[in-house]
Amino acid sequence: MTTLVLGATSRIAQQIAQRYAESGDKVFVAARDVEEAERIAADLAVRHQVKALAGRFDALATDDHSGLIDHVEAELGPVTTAILAFGDMGDQDRSQESFADAKRVIDVNYTGAVSICEALAAKMTSRGAGTIVGVGSVAGDRGRKSNYIYGSAKGAFGLYLQGLRNRLHSEGVHVMTAKLGFVDTRMTYGMATKIPVASPEAASAAIFEAARRRVDVLYYPSFWRAIMGVIKGIPEKAFKRLSL
Amino acid sequence: MAQWTERELWGWGRYPRVPARVGRPERRSEVMAAFADRDASGLLAHGLGRSYGDAALLRDGKVLLTRRLDRMLAFDPETGWLRCEAGVSIEDILETFVPRGWFPPVTPGTKFVTVGGALACDIHGKNHHVDGCWSNHVRRVELLTASGDVVICDAQNEPELFKATVGGMGLTGLMLSMEVQLVPIHSPWIEMESVRVENLDHFFEVSAESADFTHTVSWIDCVTTGKGMGRGIFMRGRHARPHIDGNEGVVGVAKDVLAPFLDVPVDGPSWLLNKASIKTFNEVYFRRHPKGSHESVVHFEPFFYPLDAIRNWNRIYGKRGFLQYQLVVPREPDHRSLRAVLEAITSSGMGSFLAVIKEFGAQDNGGLSFPMPGVTLALDFANYGDPLLALLDRLDRIVVEAGGRVYLGKDARLEPDTFRAMYPDWKAWRDVRDTWDPTGVFRSDLGRRLGLCMGGV
Ligand SMILES: Cc1cc2nc3c(=O)[nH]c(=O)nc-3n(C[C@H](O)[C@H](O)[C@H](O)COP(=O)(O)OP(=O)(O)OC[C@H]3O[C@@H](n4cnc5c(N)ncnc54)[C@H](O)[C@@H]3O)c2cc1C
Ligand SMILES: NC(=O)c1ccc[n+]([C@@H]2O[C@H](COP(=O)([O-])OP(=O)(O)OC[C@H]3O[C@@H](n4cnc5c(N)ncnc54)[C@H](OP(=O)(O)O)[C@@H]3O)[C@@H](O)[C@H]2O)c1
Repeated sequence: MTTLVLGATSRIAQQIAQRYAESGDKVFVAARDVEEAERIAADLAVRHQVKALAGRFDALATDDHSGLIDHVEAELGPVTTAILAFGDMGDQDRSQESFADAKRVIDVNYTGAVSICEALAAKMTSRGAGTIVGVGSVAGDRGRKSNYIYGSAKGAFGLYLQGLRNRLHSEGVHVMTAKLGFVDTRMTYGMATKIPVASPEAASAAIFEAARRRVDVLYYPSFWRAIMGVIKGIPEKAFKRLSL
Repeated sequence: MAQWTERELWGWGRYPRVPARVGRPERRSEVMAAFADRDASGLLAHGLGRSYGDAALLRDGKVLLTRRLDRMLAFDPETGWLRCEAGVSIEDILETFVPRGWFPPVTPGTKFVTVGGALACDIHGKNHHVDGCWSNHVRRVELLTASGDVVICDAQNEPELFKATVGGMGLTGLMLSMEVQLVPIHSPWIEMESVRVENLDHFFEVSAESADFTHTVSWIDCVTTGKGMGRGIFMRGRHARPHIDGNEGVVGVAKDVLAPFLDVPVDGPSWLLNKASIKTFNEVYFRRHPKGSHESVVHFEPFFYPLDAIRNWNRIYGKRGFLQYQLVVPREPDHRSLRAVLEAITSSGMGSFLAVIKEFGAQDNGGLSFPMPGVTLALDFANYGDPLLALLDRLDRIVVEAGGRVYLGKDARLEPDTFRAMYPDWKAWRDVRDTWDPTGVFRSDLGRRLGLCMGGV
């Protein structure tokens, strides 16, 4: 079995990779920072005695996406699980000032994700097997002024995964959406929040387990499902006056 | 772009606690970015914060948490050489390698330390008398130096820098990775024997006749005076031979079930550890062990890391924290200095809750490395404030007089003059450091206090 981790320099992604390697999978570690990806692959190989390779993946370089998958499969065999962990939170203020910034956030979180998922779906449907895990965000459940460029891109990604899940279900391919709340990573480091923050280790263990049980939509930490339920329930008339 | 966040940091003793700007790099390029973003206040690595005092602290400076720099980069199953990043912990090594028949060459009394911290403090374990310190099993270090160059140093390349980095308390640069040689084991089991020792002389007798044990340490009662002074429980062991099998049995199961509950979630009240409770604890602990010796086969976890089972046990000492004082003195025929130390403690009324004693071997790595031939005693004291500091000053004088020293990895209060008397190599060490870091990029509160780096008082 072969796991492909995209955006592998994320701590969450690395920890998910650990879980799959521990279970015996070969792992391909794909990231923009190839030198770092190689260290991560080395670590997986030392810790779990599995074959692990590294290579370049840029969500924005959509022309290269299907080539990457061909390369991975030539080296490690058919991809049985693909983890899309890459994401770009951008900066809301900057995204408002510069469309180029907003576009990058949209393209990394949405366009790039669609591109690589379609390439994966083509391979997996041809074999009638596989799992795709998309790491989304609770920020995608409702647009808010503090991060709606990122939120809308993650929200669109969530909708896309719904459709893909619907399409691939009959083909024997599973699609899971993992909607994360606050996780203690580089993305959130130093942010003040009153809501408990999950460790990347716990988040990745939950994602790994849920993917094995073929869960459709995972919220982690799970209390976010309730929080977002409430937030989604607030009428727009009232919501537009709030600062959340 | 490096991210810094303002927060308080502390060591395991939770004294002192100081504000710093703290970064947490997750990869090489982030270390480099943080380094580029340094300023006049200096820079310091902080591993798992298991040094007790201010070795890993830098008030108002920039401190880099290394815990997420934790990749294992290569392992040679023929020789046991492991190359790994500096934030890899002993726990990581145990989890990965015990099932494959390898063990860290040296381990402290907790598995929650990084290999970077292990080299920076040149840690010792129960096997010092046989295997020396951590650095005696490290052949190469990759160090980010003050110039911004990454220098790979070992016995051939920049040997002086290598030597100064051993026990160098993080002041020669930031370690990125190192090569350490693991040792082969047959199983996770330890053949262990515990012996009740009735007094200090008896301790030395038992220690002398323990030559065929690779691991020795003794708990010592620091409350009892008179004939029973220095009584305790001596523990000796070795990695189990191939035909020896152990069984965690009920204890193992109980431990797993209880694990989540074994936590000290809040600070203990200040009255918890008082003279009476410490005396009672010492009495019970001693009496529980029958006279004579007792053999068993135990798992390595309770043997090496009895306290790790209780998370945050350091909070039991309350808000004011605690201090550990670890000394080594050369062997003396009548153990005069040790007796003087024990007497000074008992007469002060400030009992030590947990104290351990061990004879070191011949290995002395020089520089700022702590172990030297002799006997070491480690004592925990609740932070009683000035009376305690006065007692520790008194102990310093006994130790200096005897030609011994105290362990910097546990220190929070030593004076520079005393330090210099204890570590005569300090000047040579400082010269090497200054050559590599002339402007004082790498600093710590301990370094400033003892005159080991720029920004001192
Ligand atoms: C319960 C307990 C038992 C212990 N038992 C023993 C024992 O038996 N023997 C023993 O020798 N010690 C013992 N210690 C002390 C401990 O082993 C050392 O203090 C060790 O250095 C802690 O490692 P750390 O990763 O927590 O480092 P920290 O405490 O975070 O840092 C310690 C020093 O290492 C430096 N450092 C850390 N990482 C790097 C890096 N990457 N590059 C450069 N410098 C770095 C820091 O700047 C600091 O000066 C014990 C501690 C505890 C809490
Ligand atoms: N942390 C949270 O609280 C939280 C909450 C909800 C959702 N998430 C999601 O969780 C995932 C992992 O994030 P994280 O928290 O671990 O933070 P992170 O470390 O910042 O991870 C983001 C990853 O995305 C990669 N990436 C960014 N742009 C890319 C591009 N153009 N092409 C390829 N990769 C790119 C980054 O790689 P580079 O190193 O090359 O930049 C990085 O590895 C993300 O999808 C994030 O949106 C996180």
